[in-house]
Amino acid sequence: MGFLDIDNTTKSYGAVEVLHNVDISVDEGEFLVLVGPSGCGKSTLLNMIAGLEDISSGEIRIKDQIMNGVHPSKRNIAMVFQSYALYPNMTVGQNITFGLEMHGTPKPQREKAMKDVASLLQIDQLLDRKPGALSGGQRQRVAMGRALVRNPDVFLFDEPLSNLDAKLRVDMRTEIKKLHQKLGTTIVYVTHDQIEAMTLSTRIAVMYGGYVQQLGTPQEIYDSPANIFVATFMGSPAMNVVPAKVVLKNAKPVALVALHDGSTVSLPFSQDNMTAWDGRDIMLGIRPETITDEDAADRNSSNIARMTNRIVVTEPAGSDTFVTMTFGGKDVIARMRSDADVRAGADFPFAVNMEKAVAFDPETEMRIIP
Amino acid sequence: MSVATQDTAIRTGRVTRTLIYLILILFALFYMLPLYVMAVNSVKPLDEITGGGMMNLPKVFTLEPWAKAWSYAQIGVDPTGLQPYFWNSIKMVVPAVAISTVLGALNGYVLTKWRFRGDTILFGLMLFACFIPFQIVLIPMARMLGLMGMAGSTGGLVLVHVVYGIGFTTLYFRNYYAVFPTELIRAAQIDGAGFFQIFWRILLPSSGPIAVVSIIWQFTNIWNDFLFGASFAGADSQPMTVALNNLVQSSTGVKEYNVHFAGAILAALPTLLVYVVAGRYFVRGLMAGSVKG
Ligand SMILES: Nc1ncnc2c1ncn2[C@@H]1O[C@H](COP(=O)(O)OP(=O)(O)O)[C@@H](O)[C@H]1O
Ligand SMILES: [Mg+2]
Repeated sequence: MGFLDIDNTTKSYGAVEVLHNVDISVDEGEFLVLVGPSGCGKSTLLNMIAGLEDISSGEIRIKDQIMNGVHPSKRNIAMVFQSYALYPNMTVGQNITFGLEMHGTPKPQREKAMKDVASLLQIDQLLDRKPGALSGGQRQRVAMGRALVRNPDVFLFDEPLSNLDAKLRVDMRTEIKKLHQKLGTTIVYVTHDQIEAMTLSTRIAVMYGGYVQQLGTPQEIYDSPANIFVATFMGSPAMNVVPAKVVLKNAKPVALVALHDGSTVSLPFSQDNMTAWDGRDIMLGIRPETITDEDAADRNSSNIARMTNRIVVTEPAGSDTFVTMTFGGKDVIARMRSDADVRAGADFPFAVNMEKAVAFDPETEMRIIP
Repeated sequence: MSVATQDTAIRTGRVTRTLIYLILILFALFYMLPLYVMAVNSVKPLDEITGGGMMNLPKVFTLEPWAKAWSYAQIGVDPTGLQPYFWNSIKMVVPAVAISTVLGALNGYVLTKWRFRGDTILFGLMLFACFIPFQIVLIPMARMLGLMGMAGSTGGLVLVHVVYGIGFTTLYFRNYYAVFPTELIRAAQIDGAGFFQIFWRILLPSSGPIAVVSIIWQFTNIWNDFLFGASFAGADSQPMTVALNNLVQSSTGVKEYNVHFAGAILAALPTLLVYVVAGRYFVRGLMAGSVKG
């Protein structure tokens, strides 16, 4: 029993099922991020928690109270929308207190709650303005103020930062995280931005095609992705996934992968259970930052493999340099230190941290569990 | 070189603009001509008009025709002037405009924000109402009014105009609300506002432009309507348009053109006033509704 339980919940529009048997249990004070590409059903799920969409089957509970059929205003939730949805005809102050007014809170208490929230979010000097006279960042704050003032059990955010410019987005991200740490409220947060998901969450639900692909802490999702979708969706640049063949060398499993010239390199697995895959094809997943030059290889790793491969393109990005090579017949990206001596067209000795490599079943695209 | 082209661009611009303005002024004069004729002749004694020279300014200025048209011209049986009929029209137009506009706003709200099965078909049918000619509904409407005991009353006329106008007002408000962000409605729902609270507190305060469109449209149509007024009004509920017709058509005595002109201007004044006061919002509101939809 969590604080917020989404229990075997589905959503259908007519004959089309857009959410399939979602099961998530959120503890009090958790920051759950629903992340996935556009159209995967994140907003639909959030709206079902809010009560803005019906639940086709299954159950949603908040504090063990069944929420199916309960009106949005009776769920003790608050929501921040992508467009902020500030009432254009009301001042900032009226926007913030509208919910309290509708719930019959007396005026003196409303005023006090508004003052508290305004000073928390540093929007005191904006209270008499209309939303039209605010900047994007200020609107964002007001929208959060409107949610906070209700002191709800659960906060729901639907892509709240996607209308802000890049710099402000990073600032507000930090701000939201601070707010969560300070208030300790339970948050369900929808985004399509995997960096937002990684930085903000205590747990992530990666969604795709109406299914929760994986539910776990950011570290679990990053290091042990459940399938190829999660592996490539989370992380930037994306994890490299290349075809490989498993063979035994000295009774130890290794992955054979084609280099740029058609010759193969053998990369030893850290996981002994790959022995069972002897002679079979797999998809090998390697994160860009685990392909480096010799000096930058992880000293704590017990399994660094070496290979020499030709560099196709180098892309200096300030702190790092991204190097593209042909590996396993695909473009594979390595993340090098900016001072690494890399040049396009040159052969370069790479070090691959195989401890971090993951293997996928090419049929099911599921990770082969070590 | 760029200076030279700019210079010629400005000069051709000036020439064309002068030309355009000339043409526009000509058109304006042409359109103003009937009003000029009416205004000028409404302040002349009758013999100046019958003596010819419709376009001339009055030699003797008199407001007598206006006074007569307003308060003691022979209309129907009694020499009442247009005055009582003016108030009949007001009593009919104000509630009819108000009711049809409020209902149109409610319809638009429901059709866009509280979608239900078959709502598009329903809206299509309401749109269809905009294209039904007046003449077709005359007889069924007369029968309905009779059955409801509202025949020959101002209330009956209000009902007829509300029913007839609702298609238009619904169309206006539906298209306007279609682009009104649904997230605002959802936010208000979470805040605990009910159906009518959302309507009053969130939607209506943002509906100014389209409300103006609806009011102007309904006001002019209902005020200027003659057919329904002539068909359904009783002796003491006849609107201004019907009275004006009676005034002009009255067969007794000489035709007092100056009084007729004054009466016609009186009948047109309220709609003119509405346009002058709210006209610029009219265009703005029409544009706002037509951006998306
Ligand atoms: N009212 C609706 N009728 C039919 N399908 C819908 C409706 N709303 C959303 N969908 C479908 O449900 C899926 C999930 O939508 P949504 O939750 O908005 O995705 P996301 O927020 O992840 O981008 C989409 O494929 C969308 O087309
Ligand atoms: Mg969405």
